[in-house]
This record gives sequence, C-alpha cells and structure tokens, in this order.
Amino acid sequence: MNSTVIVFPGSNCDRDIALALEKLHFRNTMVWHKDSNLPKSDLIIIPGGFSYGDYLRSGAIAGKSNILNEVVKAANDGCLVLGICNGFQILTEAGLLKGVLLRNKNLKFLGKDIHVKIINTENKFCNKYSKDQILKMNIAHNEGNYFTNSEHLKELEDKNLIPFKYCDKNGNVNEENNPNGSLNNIAGIFNEKKNILGLMPHPERMVDQIISNNDGLNLFKSLLN
Amino acid sequence: MIITNTVVEKHGLKSEEYSKIKVLLGREPNILELGVFSAMWNEHCSYKSSKIHLKNLPTKGKHVIQGPGENAGVIDIGDDDAIIFKIESHNHPSYIEPYQGAATGVGGILRDVFTMGARPIALLNSIHFGSIEHPKTKPLLNGVVSGIGGYGNCIGIPTVGGETKFNKTYNENILVNAMAVGHVKKNKIFYSKAKGLNKSVVYVGSKTGRDGIHGASMASAEFDENSENKKPTVQVGDPFTEKLLMEACLELMQGNSIISIQDMGAAGLTSSSVEMASKGELGIELNLDNVPCREENMTPYEIMLSESQERMLIVLEDGKEKDAKKIFEKWDLDFVVIGKTTNTNNLTLKFKDKIIGEIPIDALATKAPVYNRKWIKKKLPEKKIQIKDLKKIKLEDVFLKLLSSANQSNKSWITNQFDQMVMADTVQRSGSDASIIRIHKKEKAIAITVDSSANYCKAHPHTGGKQIVCENWRNLISVGAMPIAITNCLNFGNPEDSEIMGQFVECVLGIKEACEFLDYPVVSGNVSFYNGTNKKSIHPTPVIGGVGLITNINNKINQYLKKDGNIILQVGKNFGQLSQSIFLEEIYSITDGPPPEINLSNEKNNGLMVLKLINNKLVSSVHDVSSGGLIICLAEMTFNSDFGIKLDKPKKLSNLMEYCFSEDQGRYLIEIESHNLKKVKKILDENNIFNETVGSVQKDYFEMTGEFKISINDLYKINSTWYNNL
Repeated sequence: MNSTVIVFPGSNCDRDIALALEKLHFRNTMVWHKDSNLPKSDLIIIPGGFSYGDYLRSGAIAGKSNILNEVVKAANDGCLVLGICNGFQILTEAGLLKGVLLRNKNLKFLGKDIHVKIINTENKFCNKYSKDQILKMNIAHNEGNYFTNSEHLKELEDKNLIPFKYCDKNGNVNEENNPNGSLNNIAGIFNEKKNILGLMPHPERMVDQIISNNDGLNLFKSLLN
Repeated sequence: MIITNTVVEKHGLKSEEYSKIKVLLGREPNILELGVFSAMWNEHCSYKSSKIHLKNLPTKGKHVIQGPGENAGVIDIGDDDAIIFKIESHNHPSYIEPYQGAATGVGGILRDVFTMGARPIALLNSIHFGSIEHPKTKPLLNGVVSGIGGYGNCIGIPTVGGETKFNKTYNENILVNAMAVGHVKKNKIFYSKAKGLNKSVVYVGSKTGRDGIHGASMASAEFDENSENKKPTVQVGDPFTEKLLMEACLELMQGNSIISIQDMGAAGLTSSSVEMASKGELGIELNLDNVPCREENMTPYEIMLSESQERMLIVLEDGKEKDAKKIFEKWDLDFVVIGKTTNTNNLTLKFKDKIIGEIPIDALATKAPVYNRKWIKKKLPEKKIQIKDLKKIKLEDVFLKLLSSANQSNKSWITNQFDQMVMADTVQRSGSDASIIRIHKKEKAIAITVDSSANYCKAHPHTGGKQIVCENWRNLISVGAMPIAITNCLNFGNPEDSEIMGQFVECVLGIKEACEFLDYPVVSGNVSFYNGTNKKSIHPTPVIGGVGLITNINNKINQYLKKDGNIILQVGKNFGQLSQSIFLEEIYSITDGPPPEINLSNEKNNGLMVLKLINNKLVSSVHDVSSGGLIICLAEMTFNSDFGIKLDKPKKLSNLMEYCFSEDQGRYLIEIESHNLKKVKKILDENNIFNETVGSVQKDYFEMTGEFKISINDLYKINSTWYNNL
C-alpha cells in the first residue's frame, strides 16, 4: 500500500508515524508542506504536532494551506485520509470532517494513557479489531474536546461514524472516563463515506511492546487488509 | 551619555570593576561598551565567584568526550553514539513571569544541546516552590508547569522526568532548572571555537527585539520589593520558531559548512560572539546594521544586549553561504551575514559605517574579574533529637500524613501536562527512580534523573553535596543503568555573604568527593547565585542531573511490584537516624540536626552489587530508599502495580518510627522471587553487603501486622489528594 505523510514545519509526530508505517511495510513518502503536488497514494496521513505553531486556533492555518487543498481533492476522490491529533484538528479546519475540537475541559494540556473502546469495525481503519475491544492508547493534546451540533451528533451515532470512544479499562463509557470533555466520549470520527478518519489518540505510539503496547498495530494492519 | 557612578551601578558593576574596565581599555568606555562589559562580567556569564572552586570538580573519565566549557557536556556511549546534555537555571525570570520564564528556560537549554549537533531526545526539570500556604505558590506552580509543557510539547521533545518540591525558603525566589539531553553521532559534534580569518559570521533564527535586555544582569542580583518592574527583562519564548531553528541547524550540520556555532543565550549577541572569538583567539567584527530587528529604531546598545530567543551565530566555511542560506529559507528563518572573524583580537562593533565600539576580546573573557570570596565552614550539627522525648503519634497516622503531603505526593497532575511519548522512544516515563529513553533504532538506552536535597545541604553542605550525587547515582542503578556522568545546577544565595559562599564551597567539595569516588565526572553545569529577596537567601540547592547507560534494553527494571509471594529485601543498613528526615520536618516541624551520614564505599559496593543482580535477572523490581524512609518507599512500589506488601515488624531496632522513617543512605529495596532468595542472600553475604528481609508481596493490601492494613487503591488516592485538590 502506498502512503503519504504530510509534514508541516511544526509537525512533530511525523517521524513516529513514518516508523510505524515502515514497520508494517507501507511504501511511504514524506511530503513537505511547500510541495504543490501529492504523489499518487492510497492513504494520506496528517500527523500530530503544531502545524504552523498553532498560536491561532489549532490547525487553522494548516487547514487553509495549499497542500491541504490537494488533500481535499484526493479525499473527495476516495483516497483514505487519517488525521491524528493535530491532524484531526486540521481535518476539521479544512472542512473534511464536521465539528470542532475545543480546549480540554480542564483547560490544561493532557499527556497520558487512556482507554478507548472500538465501536465500529466495518470500515477500512478498524477491521482488524473486534467490536467492543478495549485499547490502551496515549493522548497528548490541548484541544481534544470534540464538539458538534446536535443534528450532526445524532448522525454520527445513527450512522455509526464514531469508531473510538473513551472508556475505562473495563470498557465503561461515561463522563468519569472522558479525559477532555468530548461529546459522547468521542475519541475519533469518520466522514459519511468512512474514507476519512480523525482521532485524538496516537496509534503510532502503540506499536512497540518495549515502549508501550501493540494496541495501535491493528489500525495499520486494517489499512493493509 | 556621561557615565556616572549611578550608570555604572545600574549596570550591576562595582566601582572597582569599572576602574578595571578603564585600565583594560586604556580609556573610558562609551555606554555601548559599558553595556557589553556588564553583560560579560556579571556573575551569570562570568562565573567570577565560582570559577576557582568549580575547577576542582572531576571532569574527565573514559566516557567523557567534552567536559565543562562548551555549550553542553558530551559522553561516549559506544558504537559511535554520544550523548550531549546540560542543566541550566531560569530562576529569576520564572519568578517574575512564570510561564515565559519557564518556557524560555526550556528553549535555552535545548539550544545548548542542538548547537552541538545533537537531536534533543529528552527534557527534565527540577522545580522548587515556596510553602504550599504561600499565596504565590499555586499560581507560580501553574505558570511554570504550563510554561515547561508549552515549550516542550510544541517543539516535540518528550518531557520525561523531574522533581517538584515545596519549602518556605523559596517563597520569594522559586527555582526552575531545566535539563536537556540529546543524541549525536560521535563524528558530528560541533563546537563554539571559531577558526580562520575573514570567515563569515552569520546570524540565523528569530529577529532581535527589545525583550530580555539585561536579563543576565537581572539574574545576577537579589530581588527586592520592586522586582515586579523587572518584567521587561524576561524573554518571550516561541517554541515553533525554535523547532524551525533546530531542524534547520541539524540539516545544515549534515554537511560540512560550519566552522563553529553558538546559540545566543544569556547576554545574547554579545556573549555568543565574544565566546566564539575568545575560544578561537581571534577578533570579531559585527555590522549591527545587518542584524534582523523585530522593532524599529533599535539602538546598537539594545541590539547587543537583547536576549530575544531562538537565535544562533554561525561561523561558516568559505563559499558555503548560498547552500546554507537555502536551508534556512526552506524553514522560513532569517539568515544574514553580520560580520567576519579578524586578526585584531578585538570585538569591533560597526553601525552606520562607523566603528562605535571596540573592546579587546580578552578584556571581556579571560581577563574578566575572578574572586576568591570569603567563606566560612559549617560545623556538623549535633544530634539533639531523642525520639522518646517526642509526643507519640500512631504509625498509621504519620504514614498517611506523609504520603499525602505535597512533597511526597504523586506528581501526575504535573507530568500529565507534558507529552512524555513523542519521538516514540520513551521506555520509562516519569514516576520511577529514573526515566529511560531508547537510543533511536537501537537496543540500548540511557537512563536520566535529576535530584536535589536542599534540607541536607542546609544542615551540612559538605555532607549534602556528597549525598545528592549518591542519591542520583542510586536512582540510575535502580533502573538498571550504569551511571556515567552528571551535569549540575548550583542554586545558591548571595555569594558576597561568607556563610552563603561557605555553603557553595562545601557543597562543591562534597560533590567533588562523591563524583571522584563513584567515577562519575561532571561534564557540564551552571551556577545560579543571588537567589533570595531582601538579603534573605534560599537554602543551598545544588541540583544534579545524571545520565547512565543500559547496554541491553531488556535489562531495564522499575520500582513497581511484580508478583504475589515475592520477597522484599533491603540492601544496605538502616541505622535509624531521624534528624533531617521528612518525618521530623512534617510531623514535628523539627529541622535541626545533621543529615544522614554518607559512606561512599558502602554506597558504591551496594549499588554495583544491585546492578549486578539486575543484570543477572535475579530481581523483579528495585527502588532506592530516599526521602520518607523505608515505609514511604515501599508504598511507592505499590503504585502502578496490582500488589501490596505485608511488612514485617522489625526485630532489632527498638523504635518503630526510626525503623520506618529513617533516611539512612546507601539503601535499596529489591523484590525477589522466593526461589531466588537463598541465592541472592548468598551473593550479598559473600560480598559483605548488609541485607535483611523486610516483607513480602501480597495482593491488594499494604499492611504491617498489628499496626495497619490499607488497600493499595486507597493508598494511591491518598497519595494523589494534594494535587487533585489544586
């Protein structure tokens, strides 16, 4: 599978994601934000970090950048797009995913391990997981508090467009186990066609037992499936 | 401008220092030159009070590639890999403006590391605040923690460890020390020494603004009631620009364009240009018209003294400008030739086609004042405390009170504000004895820790200096690392006071003795004097940052209990000494008496033997015994684990409090599978290493028969209360 990672000057998870892709034998290309053309690929990843510093709203400038126009075109043509953390924020700013990511409810940066539950496995990104599987993942963000209007929220739930929800280690999804205040404990969402996924946890940090665990591996394996 | 006594004083210079300037110049300086002298001769940049004592520290060893004197220290960790690291203080700015002060402290120390060619791989910090009741403590804690996180998280270097302490001695002068660690290939290390004549001197990075002017001078004086007015001397950090600068510099370093490189830290353009020229025994000419400025009409004085962040000075090889410029343009950074190296041995400053300042380099560097200040020795305090004279309190009450105190509390409120995992090589995050970072794509790792013991240093600086090196060494051993070298940040009060100077001299002596004995050289460091307000100095607070090597990552170990039925053995002897313990301070408010004694040979034998047991896979977890004593450290082993401990009542020591809360040194707690117990005890006994069984691992509960029994979940909650109520 051919993958492309977009590198903004303030991206800082680009190396980590590249390593995870390399581990799973993706044919990956790194694309600098000033490049005007995207190589033909099956998967585009927007990594975590601080795109252009994010002194304005997170991802606001990146969402309007030239390279993102190319990503939007590719996504509309059906290319798979994965936005992780800042990548998720950028996808919402670019309008590829609806809703916004507000500041965490405690108004502090949150860098910790949390649990997420797999809600939907019938898609390109999660088919190697089993439904209701509980994963231990790492989050590191200031703005991960997902918010959207009630109609869209209903649509997300009704059409099963929420693949990951925050939970405790036993799988209980409730406010107590919601680290950042996201509506309905949302940790990640799809667009309607399910070719675009935005998520706050970092699967690329969960691909090595000596560092953490292997709970992120199946996301990449699903993409290869 | 006429240079009056008041002008001289405002520049932080003494009248005899000003006389020396006139002798060195052979004339009166102009105001620009006076500014340059004040930037170079202040305590922070010149080390004038500390130099003669620091030179006694051991700085060489088989792993040392570069000791003190460069931007950071460099050690060899085998296979062409080297580690570059340093710790630095940003105390004064952080008290005035906690977020920016702490953030730029992180930015500054990162530049010291990537200036030398290393990609930073870890950040740590040691932060000290005033009493928890003091109205400024919580806002300062909040600001400092978010500043540290704000910078490290954005630039994408994991903040993996540190220590946070509270004591009223820091009420009016907090400490913020930041440590950065980087990895480099041995043949790609860059130094600051300029070489060759007529080489281009290039300015790269952010533009120069009016922030941080006189920052270094500000940090070389005590605070008073007007310190709030010093806000303009605090720099403003921009981690995004630092990220660009770091990537651009590392990209340029792939090639062979750089002769020397130096970041603009304290005293900005002045100290970076002077240091490069001084080390290269050259002159340097700067054309200040070419310096990229953020604000209009900046004067040469402001340009030379600005401490704007995220800037570097590079001396380039001939003909490399075009290629180098291309890299900085890619990263949208300024790249301007602002001067050249000369054979005049002067710092020559030009502005609007005129020479507006000319100072011999050696007058600013090697001929700067050096003082042998008066100091007095502190006698070892006598032991006065008899436990039997103190009011009796139930063991359980004491234990839980200590565990819930701010100083002993779980620090996840802080560490959760840091990205500890970015770069995907963090093997052990903060919370254990030391953090572990894997060398990228390798099977080996480094362990890192920072430590301080201000109470011990205050009680007896010589012992305190030794103790803190030992504790740091022990923390690295406890995760399975061979300790290699240290960096130190020496935070003290006013050196013009002979008692404070005595604290400094004797702490340094203690550090020296312990480092020599443990073969644990000092490769970099920083001195921060004048920590105090209105003539009230802080406790002497040397902070030690240690780096150790784990050659096989599979031999790493942590402090968390592993298995029901395992035995806990204490290595090293508990003498039951209580003076200077957290127990006496927190429960009885007793702060006098001597610190625990240090026996360097026991320390070394015990540590090396524990490391051997770890490498031979004979232990399941290890934790050193430090502040709080045996029982607090045992409780810490239950966190992040499903297991508790059944603690035996002591057979020999008569007093239970002494047994539980003594902070006697050189001790480790090791968890052993019961079938290995005989074997381990035999090894320890044969090597004359004192050891005794203190308890065994059990599910869910922490208990001492006949005293208390508490679930480990409750224990964890109690340990987390203080921060959770912030």
